Amino acid sequence: MAAYEIEVILTRQLADCLSIPIFITDTTGRLIFYNEPAEVLLGSRYEETGEMPVETWSTVFKPIDEHGKEIPPAELPLVITLKTCSPHHKSFWIESLQGKIEKISVTSYPIIGRTGKFQGAVAIFWESKEK
Amino acid sequence: MKISLWGVRGSIPYSGPETNHYGGNTSCVTVYQDGCLLVLDGGSGLQRLVLPTNLKSNRIDILLTHLHLDHIQGLGFFKPLYNPEMEVHIWGPASSGNSLMFRLRRYLSPPLFPVNIRELPCRLTLHEIENSEFQIGPFRIESEYIIHPGPTVGFRLKEKDKVFTYIPDHEPALGRNGMIQDTKWISGIDLAMQADLLLHDGQYSSEEYLKSTGWGHSSIFNALQFASKAEVKRLLLSHHDPLHTDKTLDQLFSEFKANHHYPFPYELAVEGMEIDL
Repeated sequence: MAAYEIEVILTRQLADCLSIPIFITDTTGRLIFYNEPAEVLLGSRYEETGEMPVETWSTVFKPIDEHGKEIPPAELPLVITLKTCSPHHKSFWIESLQGKIEKISVTSYPIIGRTGKFQGAVAIFWESKEK
Repeated sequence: MKISLWGVRGSIPYSGPETNHYGGNTSCVTVYQDGCLLVLDGGSGLQRLVLPTNLKSNRIDILLTHLHLDHIQGLGFFKPLYNPEMEVHIWGPASSGNSLMFRLRRYLSPPLFPVNIRELPCRLTLHEIENSEFQIGPFRIESEYIIHPGPTVGFRLKEKDKVFTYIPDHEPALGRNGMIQDTKWISGIDLAMQADLLLHDGQYSSEEYLKSTGWGHSSIFNALQFASKAEVKRLLLSHHDPLHTDKTLDQLFSEFKANHHYPFPYELAVEGMEIDL
């Protein structure tokens, strides 16, 4: 397989240095990298899972709104970014496979290289102090 | 193809008896085949360039990896640019902002240079490249953005079954833990994969690299790691640090070689070196 473009490589190298959970996907939503803080959210290690298709990683936790109603995938920031190539932000709750509920905020943005080419997306998970 | 090295020094020309062997001119390499000449980078080595007498046409192509001064400072002194009979094509990396003409004119115009690029008498054509593939004479060329400050590409030149890869300025090890082992995550690896000859940045010792991380260059160790991952057949280490005299380079390299073994030959690039691939 051909190497990723340098904007994606540099995004991973930056994510690897940060203490906030970060997901990096390709343009199809395939999770191509998640950093160590994101491993806690996913409950798995990147070194063990490698890349993950969207069908696998999107079922690890259930996004719900303030009424406990499940949020459809089309309303999640990363999905909107992948669809529209634009940044997005949303606060919501996630329920893990273990039934633990946590409030988080997600900021997502597209990776657009020098030539204007859309190369993937980044999602940053901000843990909320509010419970 | 015949490869000639006219400048292998990094950053700034360094002329003096202490750099006589490896040379003091900055990046410039030519590749010649069947009457077609490609010039890779226009550092100070460009002014030493002697054109082959058997060029098939009056066309010369200059491929710039990037526009840092040590890669373009020879351009203003390149005689074919002043010859109205010559057709000169300059290929350089596209930027998300200004055009190649605008960026080259920053240097090739007063007050930095007396002649404006628009006034050059030759028939000049500029080509903006990115992750591109194109043909010049017998050469199939691939360019790809690589890790170095500002828009910078490396080149993979293929002629018949021979491949020469030229990446004089490159920092593939930029990151918390250096180069990622999975080749999908290594900048420039596709350009260098199984090349017959790779000319690559090897500016620093490992100790020096720790103090210069993020400046866009490689240690000798990083270059060897990269070449090894790319499974190249031969490696030339280039972009010698301007603070490294012949004596320093010999010492650094012999110490490195004594402690590191690779399954392919590698050596320090020397100004004036010629290689037939």
